[in-house]
Amino acid sequence: MFRPMRDLAPAVALNFTFDGKALKGRAGDTVAAALLANGIVACRETPVSGAPRAPYCLMGICFDCLVVIDGIGNRQGCLVPLAEGMAVETQHGRRHVEEV
Amino acid sequence: MTTRGNRSEGDVVVIGGGVVGGAIALGLARSGARIIILDEGDVAFRASRGNFALVWVQSKGFGMPEYALWSRRSADDWHGLAAILREEGGIDVAHSQPGGFMLCLSEAELDKRVEMMRRLHNSQPLTDFPYEVLDHAETKQRLPAIGKDVVGALYSPLDGHVNSLKLFRALRETCQRRGVDYRPESPVESIVPRDGEFSISGSWGEVRAGKVVLCAGLGNSRLAPMVGLDAPVKPSKGQIIVTEKTEPFLHNPMVTLRQTDEGGVMIGDSHEDRGFDTVVGRPIISTMADRAIRMFPRLAGLNVVRTWSALRVMSPDGFPIYGQSESHPGAFLVTCHSGVTLAASHALTLAPAILAGELPAAVARFTARRFHVPAHA
Amino acid sequence: MTPLTDIGQLAEHYDLVVVGAGPAGLSAAARAAELGLIVLLVDENPTPGGQIYRAITTTPVKDRAVLGEDYWRGSSIVGRFERAKAAYAPGCTVWSLGPDEGEPGTFEIGLSLGGKARMIAASQAILTTGAQERPFPIPGWTLPGVMTAGAAQIALKGAGIVPVGRTVIAGCGPLLYLLASQLAAAGAEIVAVLDTTPKRNWTKALAAFPDFLRSPYLAKGLQLMAQTRRRLHFVSNVTGLAAAGEGRLASVTVERKGAAETIVCDTLLLHQGVIPGVNLTNAAGCEHFFDNEQHCWVPKLDRWFASSVPGIAIAGDGAGIGGAESAALRGEIAAFDAARRLGRLTKPERDRKAAPVRAELERRLRGRRFLDLLYKPAPQFLAPKDETIVCRCEEVTAGQIRDAARRLGVTGPNQMKAFLRCGMGPCQGRLCGPTVVELIAEVRGRTPAEIGYYRLRPPVKPVTLAELAALPQTEASVEAVVR
Repeated sequence: MFRPMRDLAPAVALNFTFDGKALKGRAGDTVAAALLANGIVACRETPVSGAPRAPYCLMGICFDCLVVIDGIGNRQGCLVPLAEGMAVETQHGRRHVEEV
Repeated sequence: MTTRGNRSEGDVVVIGGGVVGGAIALGLARSGARIIILDEGDVAFRASRGNFALVWVQSKGFGMPEYALWSRRSADDWHGLAAILREEGGIDVAHSQPGGFMLCLSEAELDKRVEMMRRLHNSQPLTDFPYEVLDHAETKQRLPAIGKDVVGALYSPLDGHVNSLKLFRALRETCQRRGVDYRPESPVESIVPRDGEFSISGSWGEVRAGKVVLCAGLGNSRLAPMVGLDAPVKPSKGQIIVTEKTEPFLHNPMVTLRQTDEGGVMIGDSHEDRGFDTVVGRPIISTMADRAIRMFPRLAGLNVVRTWSALRVMSPDGFPIYGQSESHPGAFLVTCHSGVTLAASHALTLAPAILAGELPAAVARFTARRFHVPAHA
Repeated sequence: MTPLTDIGQLAEHYDLVVVGAGPAGLSAAARAAELGLIVLLVDENPTPGGQIYRAITTTPVKDRAVLGEDYWRGSSIVGRFERAKAAYAPGCTVWSLGPDEGEPGTFEIGLSLGGKARMIAASQAILTTGAQERPFPIPGWTLPGVMTAGAAQIALKGAGIVPVGRTVIAGCGPLLYLLASQLAAAGAEIVAVLDTTPKRNWTKALAAFPDFLRSPYLAKGLQLMAQTRRRLHFVSNVTGLAAAGEGRLASVTVERKGAAETIVCDTLLLHQGVIPGVNLTNAAGCEHFFDNEQHCWVPKLDRWFASSVPGIAIAGDGAGIGGAESAALRGEIAAFDAARRLGRLTKPERDRKAAPVRAELERRLRGRRFLDLLYKPAPQFLAPKDETIVCRCEEVTAGQIRDAARRLGVTGPNQMKAFLRCGMGPCQGRLCGPTVVELIAEVRGRTPAEIGYYRLRPPVKPVTLAELAALPQTEASVEAVVR
C-alpha cells in the first residue's frame, strides 16, 4: 500500500474503476502505480494456485501486475499509462478468451 | 561407470533418454530387466521437449497400412500406459481420447484430405477405421468456437492427446522408481560387439550389456552402422507457438491446434527441410497464427508466450524403423517421429519383445530393409 | 528527436536501431545521430530515462533533494537526445530480433506499438535493455506487500508515492542504501534496514580495496552508508529472511547470529544487486558467459561492445553491471563502432573520437570490482530453502527443483523447464532463471557456468496472435504450413 508524498507537482486527476469501484489517479501514473496509490492490496490471482499477487518489479519483467484493462485480460499494469474512464479489474487466474 | 570384472552392469543398455528411450526402458524394466539409459545433457536435439503431444491415428499409414494398425494399437493401449504412469509414477499425464479433428480452410484442402482418407481406408485391413467427413455446419455443431473460414473437417474418434512434458517426466519418474540407472551427460561414441556383449563407450567411460537398444533419435543414423543396422533418418523442422493460459474452451485436439490441460493453446505443425537449423522463422509463425485465428477467431487477442522449433526424426518414407541386427543379434533399433503416439506400443509391446529377443510380427514390415529393395532386388 | 506514436510512422529501414531509452540507449542514439546515422530508438516505457532516470521528464517529485543530484543528471542525457536527429518510439516493445532472411546482413526486428505489430529492418542494432534486480527468493516473497526495492524507487520517481505504514528494506548492494535514504527523505516509515552482506565477503573484497579508494563510488557510497546507519535502524549480518502473512504481508522473520526475530511490517522491499537482463540478447543468439565476480550471465563482447552476432552490440548495464554513468559512456563507444561498421567513420577516426570516452569509462568503472565482491549474495539467498517458491509464474519450489536434479538426473535449466515448467510462464524465466541454475549447480556439485542457462526464444515480450497473423507471410511459409 502506498500514498502520495508531500509536495507533489500538480497533475490532472483521472477517474477510473477497479472491480467497479470508483477511484482517482493522477495523469502520468501507470495503472499499477495508481492501484498502489489507492491502497489496492492484490491485483490478480495466479492461474496455478489462485494465490493473490501484487505488482512486484514495476518495470515490466515480473508479470505479477497483470490486470484486466477495459475488458482485455493479462495486461501489464506497470507498462500501461492510466487513462480517464479506464475500467480495471482483478485478473482472476487464467485469461478469459474473448468471444468474437 | 566401468564394468566390474566381466559382469555386465545391466541386461540392456538403452541409448537415448527421450520419450522413445523412456518408454522402451520402462517396458523393459517392467519385464524385470536391469536397465541403463545413456543420455545426452541439457542442450541436445530433443524432440521430446518440442513435440505437439498428439496421440494420433487419423490419416496415418498412407502407403503402409501396418503403420495405421500399429498407431491404432498404441492409441488403444495408451489408456493402460497412462494408468501405469499414474499408479507407478504418481503422475497424471492428462491423456484423453476424445476424438480429433483436421480442420480445412478451403474446399481444395478438404477435397485433398477426403480423397486421401478414402484411398487410405479403401483397402483391407483399414476399412473399419472410423472417421467422418463433416461440412461447416456439422463441424460447428461439435466445435461451436470455429470461424466462418472453416469449410469442413475430418473427424476420427480414435484421436487423442496428452501432456507430452508430463509424459516425458512421468517416464523418467517411473523408470527411476523401477530402478533404471539413468546416466545423463553420457553421449555414446562407440558401440563394439565383443564376446556376445556390447561394449558401449564415450568420454564418460564404458558399460557392457548383452542387449542394446538405439533410441537416440537423429543420433541413430550415426550409431546404427556400429552394430550392423541402418537408420537413414533426417531432421524435419517443425515450429510451434504456445499462448498464455486461457480458460478451457477446446476439449478435442486438432491436428494443428490443441489446448493443453494447463490452459495454453499450442499451434503447430509446419514442415521444413532445413538440416539441423532450429531458428524460429517469423513468416512461418505468422502463417500459423493466421490459420489458427481463422480456425478459432476467439484466439486473436491471446498473447504468445513462446515459440520454438524442433526437429522431427524422419525416415525416407516417414514411417518408423524397427529392427534387430542380423550380424549382431541383441542390438535393436527403435526410431520414429511419433514417439508420443507410439509410446504405449513401445512400452507394452515392443519392449517385452526386445527382451525376449524377437520383434513381433506386427512390426516386421518396419525394418530398414524396405529402403534397400532396389539394391537387393 | 522525432517522437513516433503510431507504428505506421516508422520507416522500413534504419541504419541503426537502439533498444531501450536508459542512459546507454539515449547516448548511443544521440551519438549515432550526431554522426549522421539514420537512427530509431525504441523503448517500452512512455517516457525516456530507463529505470535509473525513470520519469526524469515527468516526475511529480519537486524536492530535488529527495531523489538526489545523481538522478537529475539524467536531464542532460535526455536533453542531448532530444536535440539529436533521431526517431523515438516510446511505448513500443521489441519482441524479436533476428537475421533478415530476405536481405542477408540486415536484421528483422519485431515491434509492437499500440496493439499493432510490425517488422522493420536495421543494418545495425545496439541493445541497451539494461539490468534487472537479481531474483531474491525467500519464503513469502510472492505475498502482496513484498516488492523489490527497485520497484519502490520506480513508484517514487514515476508517481511520487511512498509505502504506507511500517516498511522494512532487506538485502545488500549500493542501491539498498540509496533507496533507504530516498524513501526516508520522501517521508516513508522505515522500521529496519536488514543487511544480508555476508561478513566473509569483506576478506575477498579487500584485495580490490586500493582501487576502490580511487573510485568515484567511494565518497558517495560512504556518505550514503553512514547516513543510513546513523538515521535508520540498521541490522547487519542477517543470514535468513522469511516473509509471512495471510493473503498479504504481515511480518518478516530475520535470522541473525543463530537467533530469529520477527518484525511486524506492511511493506518489505527486497534487493540483492542487479544483473544484466539477458532475455533479448539471449534470444537474439548472442553468446553469454558466467561472470564469476558479478555472479551472473553476461554477454560476450569485444572492447567496442560488439556481441558474437555481427551487427549487434550490447551497451549499458546489459553488457555487465557498471552503473548509470558508465552505461552512457558504453553507449557512445558502441555508437562509434556502429558508425565505423556502416562506413561513416574510419577505424582511426573511431579510435580517436572514442579515446576520451574510453578513458572516462575506465575511471567510472574503477572500484566496481570491490562492490561486486563485497555484495555478492550469500549462498542461502541464491539457492533458497526447499519450501521457497522459485518460479513465481508456475509456482515451482526450490525443493521440487532440487529433487528433479538429484533423483531424475536433470542436469540443466532447459530440461528442468520441460519437467517442472519453471521458466515457462509469462515472465519467461526472468525471475527464476538464475535461481534454477544455482540450485542445479548446488545439487550436482558444479558451477553455474557449467550448468548453463535457459535457451530463450522470441517473442521476448508479449505479442498477440492477431498481431503476428497480420504480419507479412511468404510463399515458403504458406507452403511449409498448408498441406
